[in-house]
Amino acid sequence: MIKITLNNKPITLDVDPQMPLLYALRDELQLTGTKFGCGAGQCGACTVHLNGKAIRSCITPVSAIAEQEITTIEGLADIHGTPGESAVQVAWREFKVPQCGYCQSGQMMSAAALLKEIPLPTDEQIIEHMQGNICRCGTYKRIKAAIKSASTNATVTKNGVEIFDARQLANEKQGA
Amino acid sequence: MRSIENVSRRGFLKFAGIASGSFVLGMNLPFATAQAKSSTSALSHELNFFVSIASDSMVTLVCHRSEMGQGIRTSVPQIIAEELEADWQKVSVVQAKADKKYGSQGTAGSASIRNHFTSIRQIGAVARDMLEQAAANIWQVERSAVKAQKHFVVHTTTGEKISFGELASHAAKLTPPDSKTVTLKNNADFSLIGKDVKLIDLDDIVAGKAQYAQDIQLADMLIATIVRPPVVGGKVISFDASDALKIKGVVDVIALKPRSIPVTTNPLSGIAVLANNTWAALEGRKKLKVKWDHGDKQHHDSSLFSKQLAKQVNQQGEKVASKGDVYAHTYNENNTVEATYTLPYINHSPMETPAATAVVNGKKCTIWAGTQNPQWAKGNVAQELGLGKDEHDNIELNVTLMGGAFGRKSKADFIIEAVELAKASKRPVKVIWSREDDIQHGFYHSISANYCKAELTTKGSADHWISRNAYPPIGWLWNPDAKVPDDFQLALGFGDIPFALNNLSIEKHAVDSFVRPGWVRSVACINNGFALGSFVDELAVKAKLSTRQMWMNLLGDNRHVDPNDNGFKYSNYNLDLKEHPIDTKRMKDLINLISDKAKVEEVLPENQGWGISFLRSFGSFVAAATKVEVVNNKVTVLEMHTAVDCGIVVTPDRVKAQMEGAMIFGLSIALMGEISVKAGKVQQRNFHDSPVTRINQVPELYVHIVESNAPPGGIGEPGVPPVAPSITNAIFHASKTRIRDLPVNKVFTV
Repeated sequence: MIKITLNNKPITLDVDPQMPLLYALRDELQLTGTKFGCGAGQCGACTVHLNGKAIRSCITPVSAIAEQEITTIEGLADIHGTPGESAVQVAWREFKVPQCGYCQSGQMMSAAALLKEIPLPTDEQIIEHMQGNICRCGTYKRIKAAIKSASTNATVTKNGVEIFDARQLANEKQGA
Repeated sequence: MRSIENVSRRGFLKFAGIASGSFVLGMNLPFATAQAKSSTSALSHELNFFVSIASDSMVTLVCHRSEMGQGIRTSVPQIIAEELEADWQKVSVVQAKADKKYGSQGTAGSASIRNHFTSIRQIGAVARDMLEQAAANIWQVERSAVKAQKHFVVHTTTGEKISFGELASHAAKLTPPDSKTVTLKNNADFSLIGKDVKLIDLDDIVAGKAQYAQDIQLADMLIATIVRPPVVGGKVISFDASDALKIKGVVDVIALKPRSIPVTTNPLSGIAVLANNTWAALEGRKKLKVKWDHGDKQHHDSSLFSKQLAKQVNQQGEKVASKGDVYAHTYNENNTVEATYTLPYINHSPMETPAATAVVNGKKCTIWAGTQNPQWAKGNVAQELGLGKDEHDNIELNVTLMGGAFGRKSKADFIIEAVELAKASKRPVKVIWSREDDIQHGFYHSISANYCKAELTTKGSADHWISRNAYPPIGWLWNPDAKVPDDFQLALGFGDIPFALNNLSIEKHAVDSFVRPGWVRSVACINNGFALGSFVDELAVKAKLSTRQMWMNLLGDNRHVDPNDNGFKYSNYNLDLKEHPIDTKRMKDLINLISDKAKVEEVLPENQGWGISFLRSFGSFVAAATKVEVVNNKVTVLEMHTAVDCGIVVTPDRVKAQMEGAMIFGLSIALMGEISVKAGKVQQRNFHDSPVTRINQVPELYVHIVESNAPPGGIGEPGVPPVAPSITNAIFHASKTRIRDLPVNKVFTV
């Protein structure tokens, strides 16, 4: 039995401790928003947040995340806790980023983790951070634009709930 | 021809969740009409309506084509809604199941809009006509006194209006007019076509709620993973499942039935591990011990084969098309260019690997799959289950979203695997492919060689031209004796050369096959377009002309080219050559447009260069321009443009998106796309050794769309062919190194 906090709710997983989180999410919890892409941590389709940081759930055994906080695309939310309305998701809709859409959960989770760490990233920082996420449809141009927009449009998420204003945080960091 | 039928009172509707009193138009096959009318089938999957209007005015439109990221689930309903005069805010979309009543559902060849634009419009126009007639009946006025406008029918003199919802039950009693006689809107009156509407699946995708084939979950379902023969045509000699069965969660290990050549689109056979969850299935698979007989393709080596193909195309081949005499001529070496271009096998690598779920119950079967070709898959499954012709509708095939496809998911092998295992295990089974499965057991774009030879004239053009190619033909899938591509394949940027030449010879070569060939986004236009686009640039260099000028000179006067004049049976992508001509003016306009927009003749720093290319394919004209820098043996792509003339544009943002995507797809092909085969086995395994473009390799991208009232051309594929040659041409102009053998990463760091 492994206890974790998933999208701000405590849950218990009764699976092989070696099972990668991806399959626990998809097969056991029916949370299919997190996708399989390569099974080897090479494509980023399975990206979720572990304590607010982006990880590859396809190579992370559930034993490694006991008693910790996991956020999936289903839990990504705005400051009021409304799923689907995080700054990243709003920007993704505004720029009509997705084509087939399959990799986009992972792209958005990576982007949200980036903005939490670096609220106003430069182009180089975006490229550096997003290199692990493949999009075969080739939506990269819009991914870059959407991240830029999300970063300047304000709020960033922690474990799915937006808790601060990106510009404000950037200013504070500069001040400090 | 199929007919549009009023099915508002048909019994099946309640099973489809359509409220009584709705106005519903469906499709029917003429020969099946009598039977269908008497039928009140209780099968919910006999849902074949196209338009449904409920009494609350909500409109439900069906998309009968498959979604793989091109946006067709927006574009098809958008066209119907345009003619229907529907309010897009009140439109919802449901996905059609596999049903021949819809006509073609095969979502391939960039054909959905270009081949079906008019028939899709007619569906909306028939529904609108009936709503207008219903209103005219209510007001007891002439039909001409009423007009549909944004979800209402308006009395043109009094200004009174009745909503579509109120009219639904009245329209439901009318007989549809002949779809050929209904008036379609003038292009100038379009309010949805050519406008960017809200994309149908966008919200679900962004919320992580969109459902793909990999996401299907059924109670009591088993997950299956399959070890397939490493060499095509290989067979299992023996296997030991004892350790696999010890893994907790593994339920069964099943040997799939042996398959043989012709491989068709059948599964490759192999051993399946079935488990309660994906992880157990994968762990079980690792413990399987299988002894293979690799068969007679185990000696295939793709690098040797590529050299053999290159040698072949340097010899005269079998005639595809000809004009004048290229062999009686004495070529002046100083003015003649000869070049051989080679491409490796290329894989689709959609982000969602193939997956399908099946439930088989006696002669009944339900399937969920992401398939580009629902009806073909259904036919394949019927054959697999031994169903008679009248029993095909025992199969319910639900079409899910596809997480990319690029041609891969036209083939039903993975669906048949699910059916075979569901039947054998008597449980619902979801077959999932790993990334390694996808890369090692694909239907590859064929390894190829192309050859071009031309002599420059004193006017800076050419008048003697030879084009040849050699590659394993797709027809081999069904016919082991097939060694040359058929005319339809040869029409892809090869037999349709648009230049003004008095002496021309286009030739093909016979080639053996060793892996499963397939359709990869733009198909043979990938290699033919690469050869043509590279060779024009080579001629330009030889002639000391700009590449733009070389294209102008070769294309010559404004005219419509007919490849049939050269003795080639030209299919023009199944389009009427009068409606979709090979128009050299549109070609020249587009090459000028991209050259001007990208400023390809600007003076650049040393080590930088622009490259351009062009190909007309799938009914559309696309030019590409790329700027690169080559420093310390590293290629950096700095800027890319595509210009597209695809006639009438339905959903502009999705055209733009497809062009952006095509640039990235072309980048992958040019820089690093390669599947290599040794001892009959694919060498690559996952994205680490089969890389595709990542965000750090992406330059600034620009798309230029030509406004046009010409009939629509295709969009999913035509963006790809000119991209790779524009990159290698740019590399030449930056570095003086001519890349004739893809991918670029054999020579440069990328």
